[in-house]
Amino acid sequence: MSTAVTAPEPRLPHEVLPASEAAKGAREVPAELALELYRLMVLIRDVEDAVQPLYNAGEIHGTTHLCTGEEAIGVGICTLLDPQRDRVASTYRGHGHAIALGSSAQGLLDELLGKATGTGGGRAGSMNVIDLEHGLLGCFGIVGGSMAAATGAALALKGTGAIAVAFFGDGTANQGYFHECLNFAQVHRLPVLFVCENNLYGEFTPFEAITAGAISARPDVMGIPNARINGNDLWDVRDCAGRFIDEIRAGGGPRFLEAITYRFGGHSRSDPGAYRPDGELDAWKQYDPLVLERRHLVDELGVDAAVVDAIDQDVAAEVEAMVERGRAAAWPTPDPDLTEFAP
Amino acid sequence: MSEIAFRTAIRDALDEELALDEDVILFGEDIAAPGGVWATTPGLQQTHGSDRVFDTPISELAMTGAAFGSAACGKRPVIEIMFGDFLTIAMDGLVNQAAKWWFLSGGKVRVPLVVRSAIGAGGQFGAIHSQTPISWFLGVPGLKIVCPSTPNDAKALLRASVRDDNPVLFLEHKRLYAMKGEVDVEPAEIGSARVVRDGSDVTLVTAMKSVHDSMAAAEELAAEGIEVEVIDLRTLRPLDFPTVLASVRRTHRLLVVEEGPRTGGWAGELLAEIAELALEELDDAWRLTCPDTPIPYSPPLEGAFLPSPAAIAASIRARLSGAPSEESS
Repeated sequence: MSTAVTAPEPRLPHEVLPASEAAKGAREVPAELALELYRLMVLIRDVEDAVQPLYNAGEIHGTTHLCTGEEAIGVGICTLLDPQRDRVASTYRGHGHAIALGSSAQGLLDELLGKATGTGGGRAGSMNVIDLEHGLLGCFGIVGGSMAAATGAALALKGTGAIAVAFFGDGTANQGYFHECLNFAQVHRLPVLFVCENNLYGEFTPFEAITAGAISARPDVMGIPNARINGNDLWDVRDCAGRFIDEIRAGGGPRFLEAITYRFGGHSRSDPGAYRPDGELDAWKQYDPLVLERRHLVDELGVDAAVVDAIDQDVAAEVEAMVERGRAAAWPTPDPDLTEFAP
Repeated sequence: MSEIAFRTAIRDALDEELALDEDVILFGEDIAAPGGVWATTPGLQQTHGSDRVFDTPISELAMTGAAFGSAACGKRPVIEIMFGDFLTIAMDGLVNQAAKWWFLSGGKVRVPLVVRSAIGAGGQFGAIHSQTPISWFLGVPGLKIVCPSTPNDAKALLRASVRDDNPVLFLEHKRLYAMKGEVDVEPAEIGSARVVRDGSDVTLVTAMKSVHDSMAAAEELAAEGIEVEVIDLRTLRPLDFPTVLASVRRTHRLLVVEEGPRTGGWAGELLAEIAELALEELDDAWRLTCPDTPIPYSPPLEGAFLPSPAAIAASIRARLSGAPSEESS
């Protein structure tokens, strides 16, 4: 018996994105804050857009995993945190989270270029950026590693009012880490926000094909309050994450967010994403978080389109200059004093 | 001074460090209310409170990752992985996180954590509850491996491990838990071996339970006029090469006895380093290990599998007489 292989159906944003939180009640957004967050999203987008050509030119090495299209989640959540006391554990797709926390975009770019001026002095690379001074416990290259690191950070932060945040993808839902950490955090009532960035693909495979049931059903059965939200809408992310973060700080134990989004690029630098059905990417580009926020700024907050244009141009020039500085920066040399052990 | 059991020395070390530094926390499966399946932690939760000493789910992945995360945020966690064989599940947090963050952060993030684990054969626990999982971790830069053989060293080295600013894998041989000895009688530092017995004919380097088996073999051989110098490594990463080298320069013969598989173990590593440093000093160098098979269950099979005092003595006798040993694995 043979089964005909049919082309997969595109998963269109208007079909899979949860309804906007805004519909649930009035939302007051100060235009000044909205512009600041928009600028941060544009900065992340432009840095990511600069990475691919540098990779193609052989100036960024190894591999990279870009968050293009997913900027609203990191920006929405990280800007609600206090990097001095809260701690964030991210993944190999972590450039956006680092920048959103206030880690230097120049340092990040230099790290990717392998330069001495990079955040890790060129030791860490794209997948393992660490910047504790800006709240970034690290980016973890093993799927699910961020969940355990954040669970441990929450253990250290319990009772202080500070919280830990774990970012991870939909593929993590099928790792042992996922189940172990949700349970561990819940039985010990740890102050941790679990954020599943569901970009619909685990590497090259649609997540439904390899995931039994709904991801949000899993925190449900452990009694962890959770929500499934539109991850491309900055203010949906902020509203829901803000509510959860307040509850966590007040001692309510862990919370779980599933933010639906879409990766505009492939899984990593060498993946063109050819497995995506025709029309899917184009449909999601209509729901680009930058496009949505620009519309929000101009149509709802009454910001002059020229002001938004100016941000786009400023950031583009800023990143262009960053790239040139990064390319001109010095290469690192081995440090004989930095051994395997801390003294 | 009265003698206490090895397991009590472990408990006392934890008790004293918990009392001394409020950042020290202790967690694991059944370690708090029940006091640990190896009875190494009784009463610690009552003394230090359930915020600092607590039971966890049977979740070695989460537990080890949580130890890493809390250590990177200022705590000094000590966790218990009940059997060393379960370290397979705990490896990611230890190998891919804890051991790497100091270096990758450019020396900005310290990860002071201790993973205690019960290891070793001799109790007929079978292939998956008796291993000495050292070779799995020996090649991990950034991780220290400590392996005491006496109650004194167990206490001193566990206290040193808790205070160390690096991740430490602290191994407790199951067959030593009931062994009694005095504590606080001799200092011990991580990375420092100890000459347990002086001898001029051969240097025997070993660790944990095999220290005692080697001492029994050395006493047996002394009656035959063969003087064995026995060195207890006490730490397997980093290895104390200078102490071994100083001994080899006098005896010119080196035997390493390792309870563990022959391939990829620390015995091979030690022989390689000494050969590289001082080949001209060596008249002979060899190792006695377990065979490269899973650990068998039945008492006679397990007994034959382990480097016993008789096997150690026979191996030395044979090598010193120039004949090949039948008992050498």
